Amino acid sequence: MFAAIHDSKLVWLYGGVLFLLVVSTLIGQSLKSRRTDASRSTIDNLNARIGAWWKMCAIFAVAVMIGRIGALVLFAIISFLAMREYMTLVPTRRGDHRTLFWSFFVIMPLQYYLIGIQWYGFFAIMIPVLAFVFVPTSIAIAGDTEHFLERAAKIQFGIMVCAYCLSHAPALLLLHIPGFEGHDARLLLYLVIVDQMSDVLQYVWGKLVGRHKIAWRVSPNKTWEGFVGGVASATALGTALWWATPFSPLQSAGMSFTICLLGFAGGLVMSAIKRDIGIKDFGVVIEGHGGILDRIDSLCFAAPIFFHLIRYYFVP
Amino acid sequence: MSNGIHPIASLLASVARGISGVQVQWAGCEPDERQRIYFANHSSHLDFVVLWSALPSDIRARTRPIAAKDYWEQTALRLYLAKNVFHAVLLERGAATKAQTHEDAHFVGRHLIDQMADALGAENSLILFPEGTRGTGERMAPFRSGLYHLALRRPDVELVPSYLENLNRILPKGEFVPVPMLSLLTFGKPIQVEPGEEKDTFLERAREAVASLRRIGNA
Repeated sequence: MFAAIHDSKLVWLYGGVLFLLVVSTLIGQSLKSRRTDASRSTIDNLNARIGAWWKMCAIFAVAVMIGRIGALVLFAIISFLAMREYMTLVPTRRGDHRTLFWSFFVIMPLQYYLIGIQWYGFFAIMIPVLAFVFVPTSIAIAGDTEHFLERAAKIQFGIMVCAYCLSHAPALLLLHIPGFEGHDARLLLYLVIVDQMSDVLQYVWGKLVGRHKIAWRVSPNKTWEGFVGGVASATALGTALWWATPFSPLQSAGMSFTICLLGFAGGLVMSAIKRDIGIKDFGVVIEGHGGILDRIDSLCFAAPIFFHLIRYYFVP
Repeated sequence: MSNGIHPIASLLASVARGISGVQVQWAGCEPDERQRIYFANHSSHLDFVVLWSALPSDIRARTRPIAAKDYWEQTALRLYLAKNVFHAVLLERGAATKAQTHEDAHFVGRHLIDQMADALGAENSLILFPEGTRGTGERMAPFRSGLYHLALRRPDVELVPSYLENLNRILPKGEFVPVPMLSLLTFGKPIQVEPGEEKDTFLERAREAVASLRRIGNA
């Protein structure tokens, strides 16, 4: 336990995050004293977000310091909460009850258990293959055929996004990269920092210079200026963090650019789902951010691809 | 009850809150120590515990559920939960309609109202599900008349409409394992029987007061 403390590069990463938090808090407070009536709600929301960031970073830091188990438990809880928000808002029927029960209490925990025992082969296929067969079968057994395909598809999609995709983030800890043994916590931190900073920077750039909407029907706050500025600056940040990873600076640029693009895709897709259902946020758990799923939507798309890129190129 | 909350009741309340992830909104009134009858829609076994757990603990200690005697006396465990843990007021469901003659029905009905009025006493509140039984959660059944008679008997007690949303998906009737989705509980503005108001008019108005608190379209 707390072995991570002895990894000086990891400490630098934590220090960087702490520095960002302090700076953003100072900016938030100075904006607060100069706010006008027009900007009041935006600035209050900004400060609520910053406050929530402190809490999220603290929880995350403690979990990663505890080690592999800490990260697994944290992400399992996040998966659970995200799936809870998702299934609450996606229309399901009485006949889906048992299937949902299995999804929450067997499939999702099993996914994290498989990472815990490092059984890669089973971890990779359990949800896309076994759950894919199980979900429609158990709904069919329940006997209600109304909207059958829709219900099966929506439940499977929820399990894929909330459990399968997200579980690839802590699964980074089971990759054995030659010359990088024992430091895989840094990879997880790298992914989360680049992904979340991409979200934040897109938001900041969008608020500062955003003009042209990308897909206003789907997400009215996403602008081209925010997208380009956010992706460029988060990629620059990721590139600058190459020393904490097994990547060269150029590889780090490619990795963080990929993370940013996929994070954007994740946010856009989840926004489209929210518009379809007719809601703004998936929940109200995190102050200023909406729900858990609103916070991690970008990570859900970025994590599995980041995982497989590393596995393909860096694990012999 | 003045003798405090049973530890099992507190435990079950925490479990129910955890499973249902309930978000409580006092939309039409504030939590208050005065005597009240909370009446709500009924679609799940979790309904009572969730509503009860949403009340501040000093109010909770003096709030009792009205429950169906035939159901809760079926097994020793149920009886223990109802009587000892939650201090439920157990009523003979449908006894008035089963009665042979009009006088009998009147007598039995009166007796039920007496029991509820006794349970209210000088300081207690009640939780009542006027539909009489759990529904599917899609449509509320018509309200039984107990609420009306009780309101006439105790005009000093506030009638608080409450809407429990999504609990039918968390633990539907006939299922014994819950699915931990999120739920909402909304307390509305208290209503009362207007002077000279007919029973059916009032009951429909009370039902409407509950239904109007629904927050999500497709629960």
